[in-house]
Amino acid sequence: MDSLVIAGKTYSSRLLVGTGKYKDFDETRAAIDASGAEIITVAIRRTNIGQDPSQPSLLDAVPPSRFTYLPNTAGCYTADDAIRTLRLARELLDGHDLVKLEVLGDPQSLYPNVVETLKAAEVLVKDGFKVMVYTSDDPIIAKQLEDIGCVAVMPLASLIGSGMGILNPWNLMIIRDRLKVPVIVDAGVGTASDAAIAMELGCDAVLMNTAIAGAGKPVLMASAMKKAVEAGREAFLAGRMAKKIYQASPSSPTTGIIGS
Amino acid sequence: MITLKVNGEPRQFPQPLPISALLAELNLTGKRVAVERNGEIVPKSQHDAVLLADGDQLEIVVAVGGG
Repeated sequence: MDSLVIAGKTYSSRLLVGTGKYKDFDETRAAIDASGAEIITVAIRRTNIGQDPSQPSLLDAVPPSRFTYLPNTAGCYTADDAIRTLRLARELLDGHDLVKLEVLGDPQSLYPNVVETLKAAEVLVKDGFKVMVYTSDDPIIAKQLEDIGCVAVMPLASLIGSGMGILNPWNLMIIRDRLKVPVIVDAGVGTASDAAIAMELGCDAVLMNTAIAGAGKPVLMASAMKKAVEAGREAFLAGRMAKKIYQASPSSPTTGIIGS
Repeated sequence: MITLKVNGEPRQFPQPLPISALLAELNLTGKRVAVERNGEIVPKSQHDAVLLADGDQLEIVVAVGGG
């Protein structure tokens, strides 16, 4: 079995999914089940004081006993805020130390601020966190994040929630070639073919949220993404044929053709 | 009377109280939450022991859906 190993733990699925933007927890759970994902991202937010305490929570819908939680720092624009958020997450999840670090640059693009990301990664790794880090598709920064000790580097395909697909496959290939830790394409995937391409490039996994939650039928799209990631991985392992521009090659025998 | 800032909102209490009592006031007893006081995490094991003082700033968080 060709499995994914992150920080010494083995996963059979190479699709990681977010839990945001679904219409309710039933849909969240159904989509996650259809995706086959084992690792799911969650956000950390202030309690809604005054809320009915009997309301179901995300932890009831997708229990941490069944899924590997990946608390994120979405919405953080400084290293300090990201560090505080993940320390709260670790306390919330009983010492759970596998986290997704993202430090954003501005609310329009949600593009990663790599300077703050590097700062936060240094502190978090020293503090014992296993850091999976969202970053740009800059190969130099990706390598620096690995050198700091991040357990996975997660470059964007395109902007978060944009569905624009893979805009720079060459950078993703350079990053994959130069790093030893898993490289996970995070953000920008729009449809199944995008996920397959990410995997065909040799990336180790794909992380997505909006591509599934924002689809017309999220549960069906979750199933499509599962197949795309598996197909892309198998195609990568199989090794694609060389592209032969201007040179056709018949698939059927060239001899024994009637009338010849 | 003490004033605490809880998730950015000022709240008044007649006297200093432990974190566990604050959580009870907020109907959060038994809920999975994490508490930060003045920028420092307060572990669950210390919620009964730590007495909140006037001016303390608290963040109480939960896990929610996100990508």
